[in-house]
Amino acid sequence: MADCGSNEEVAVIFNTDITSTESENNLINTMVEIGATLLRKMEINVTEAEKRTGKNTVNMQETYTVYLIETRSAETVPEGGTPTTPDTLWRRYSEFELLRTYLLVTYPYIIIPPLPEKRAEFVWHKMSADNLDPDFVERRRVGLENFLLRVASHPVLSNDKIFFLFLTEEKEWREVVLETGFQDKVDSRLKSLSAMFRVKNPDKRFTALKHYSDELNSVISQLLRVRAKVADRLYGVYKVHGNYGRVFSEWSAIEKEMGDGLQSAGHHMDTFAASIDDILEEEEHYADQLKEYLFYAEAVRSVCRKHELIQYELEMVAQDLVSKKQQKEELATGTVRVFSLKGMTSKLFGQESQEQRESRLAALEQSTREGEETLKERNTECQEFVRTAWEDIGRFKEQKDRDLREALISYAIMQISMCKKGIQVWSNAKECFNKM
Amino acid sequence: MSVGAPRSLASSGQKPIAEILHPLSAAEEQLSVTVGGDKEAGLTNGTPVETSSPASTSSLLNRLQLDDDLEADIRDPYAEAAETRDLFVTVDDPKKHVSTMETYITYRVSTKTSRVEFDLPEYCVRRRYQDFDWLRIKLEDSQPTHLIPPLPEKFVMKGVVDRFSEDFVETRMKALDKFLKRVADHPVLSFNPHLNTFLTTKDLNKRQGLALLSKVGESVKHVAGGYKLRARPAEFGAMGEYLDTFNQKLGTIDRIAQRILKEQSEYLTELREYGTVYSSWAGSEDELRRPLEGVGGCVTTCCGALEDLGDGMSQDILPVLREYVLYIESMKSVLRKRDQSQAEYEGRLEAAVLRKQEDRTPMPLEVEKCQDKVECFNADLKADWERWQSNKRHDFKQLLTGMADKNINHYEKCQAAWESLITLLQDKQTEDKTSETN
Repeated sequence: MADCGSNEEVAVIFNTDITSTESENNLINTMVEIGATLLRKMEINVTEAEKRTGKNTVNMQETYTVYLIETRSAETVPEGGTPTTPDTLWRRYSEFELLRTYLLVTYPYIIIPPLPEKRAEFVWHKMSADNLDPDFVERRRVGLENFLLRVASHPVLSNDKIFFLFLTEEKEWREVVLETGFQDKVDSRLKSLSAMFRVKNPDKRFTALKHYSDELNSVISQLLRVRAKVADRLYGVYKVHGNYGRVFSEWSAIEKEMGDGLQSAGHHMDTFAASIDDILEEEEHYADQLKEYLFYAEAVRSVCRKHELIQYELEMVAQDLVSKKQQKEELATGTVRVFSLKGMTSKLFGQESQEQRESRLAALEQSTREGEETLKERNTECQEFVRTAWEDIGRFKEQKDRDLREALISYAIMQISMCKKGIQVWSNAKECFNKM
Repeated sequence: MSVGAPRSLASSGQKPIAEILHPLSAAEEQLSVTVGGDKEAGLTNGTPVETSSPASTSSLLNRLQLDDDLEADIRDPYAEAAETRDLFVTVDDPKKHVSTMETYITYRVSTKTSRVEFDLPEYCVRRRYQDFDWLRIKLEDSQPTHLIPPLPEKFVMKGVVDRFSEDFVETRMKALDKFLKRVADHPVLSFNPHLNTFLTTKDLNKRQGLALLSKVGESVKHVAGGYKLRARPAEFGAMGEYLDTFNQKLGTIDRIAQRILKEQSEYLTELREYGTVYSSWAGSEDELRRPLEGVGGCVTTCCGALEDLGDGMSQDILPVLREYVLYIESMKSVLRKRDQSQAEYEGRLEAAVLRKQEDRTPMPLEVEKCQDKVECFNADLKADWERWQSNKRHDFKQLLTGMADKNINHYEKCQAAWESLITLLQDKQTEDKTSETN
């Protein structure tokens, strides 16, 4: 709630107390809107990845990967009919980045879905950190598809024309995006995001949300880091068991009755050791789900910061208006309450003429009126921002709770599957031991 | 406990081998014994074979099963004699004794027997490690042609291992129990008078004093003076080779097991931290709080299960591996002694033959004694080897299935934890859905 100190005329009103019925209504509206999103009309897939070589901006040869985006109409195909051939185009990662930056600038009140990571992070020992590694490329493909689906199912973002063109217009798209002139806004916004400024009356909700996003960022980072170490260690445990396979085999050579049992048990130990590769590969999918929300936390924080900026600018405008009004008052009553250069000079160099005073008064009047207009606009802008932002934040919170719970359930299922495999292998080995 | 007819002391080396059917050599005839357990009429000496077998339910069941697993039964001497044993020993109840001079542990040694060599049917004495060591030395000295089971390691680095920790005492006690059971089940060793003394005498210390003095004298007896072995019989050569390779493999297995323990312990450290991160995340969420706490809880449960697995491995698996390494050591030394006694015989024979050629004296008694000794040694060793092989097979079968069981158990615990979490999470889902529609 921006309160400019004592002057009530410029009080700015924020609706900070949304009742539960209202938030529920917001939710229902959002859900209805999902029905109208792009995803209902269009099927989107990122199906392939290919390596290309070409000259980059500094005229040097580089190798990069492009991804194939397939789109087709989402109308149900009649029975026995063939599905329509999809429209396709190729995009590289940097183009996705460009799209996202555009969305960030154009919809500052929306939590923009994140892209999969640029470089492999939280890597455990065996995983490759190489961007051209096929496993990394594959996981990135899935992440890019996920990004497109998120945007296409967003009630606001899915209606964006630039996004639609991204999916349909391969060559011309880059020009069109740059033509929107969003890049100018990028510079100023980026500057503001990193700038240090203090808001006089911060919105408690946004402060709490920013705090939450910082915590989420920190805890998921920690989780991913430790998970990578756990994966490393588990890999070691499983692989060492493979040594049993070899030694049992060697031992079986000098045994008569025990030989067969030992030999077969050894094979099962080899199977056990090999099973960890698939197990950990599946777990990477879980790690990717967590990573998405790690980056989402960043997006949430960015919305909070943008609100702070708007708030700050509003406060500046209000402050400016107050100062102008005070100057007008002094000029009209002749009292000097606030220091002004004019006041000082008139004291030093003598009173100005009536004409001069009146023209200054008129200028101030004009300025004040303009200031009031600006304040009204900014106020409205701010209120709109808050309204739309909290709508999206509510939607995001629902999505996050749903998605992460699903992720935890699927993680538990993975663990159960790993346990079952372990029981299977050791039971088989036990059978062999019993035959010794 | 079954009551059997008194058996004559199966002694070796008193009559020429040709006259006695060695009690243990009946082991070969056992192979054709039917599952029903009828003994063949061909045992002339009337000495039933007593092969050792821990009185396990499975061996009893084996004996009662009429059609399943005939093959295994025929090869498994445990199927026999389970009910014909008449000497049962147990080592348990460790107690700490603190005196001005030293602190040490004693164990209760309980004996139940129907043998006439024992005055009473039951005995209960307390023994310390030193006493077991004494017994083993006496057995080695008085039965040099037999394989004596090993004891757990004598010396423990005082700074490194806590000699009085529950785990250490427990492990050592199990090994002492196994040692005594193996001796008690041995058809020859179990009749050794020193064993009798060990099991029955209240105060062993007095006898020990004498024992220590005579120990030196007895072992000197068996050092043959510099005779070279001509031709080792193939089977003993094969035994030696087998022991060398087996020793090597056991060493490897021990190293692998230790490495796994190390890796698992490092994994456990990381897993513990992993669990706490979930719990701390739960603190900043509302809807997700319970699922996250649930995951954290599961991880903690898995940590506990993993800890149990590690403890089980180091308490039950590793000591047995080490014990067999010691067993192999003592067996190799017995093989060496056999070689020495054969060498001695060959040497003396050669010398006697030369002398005979010169002055026509009959074969000296000494040489005949040596021949007997060698032949007894060979027979004892062969028989003991067979029983050792089957004991080994049984022990390792038990060891490895035990290891498999521990691992299965570990995974079962983890699986149960995760499954209950899913139930919790899915219940909540349906709970939420119904409240939404209301």
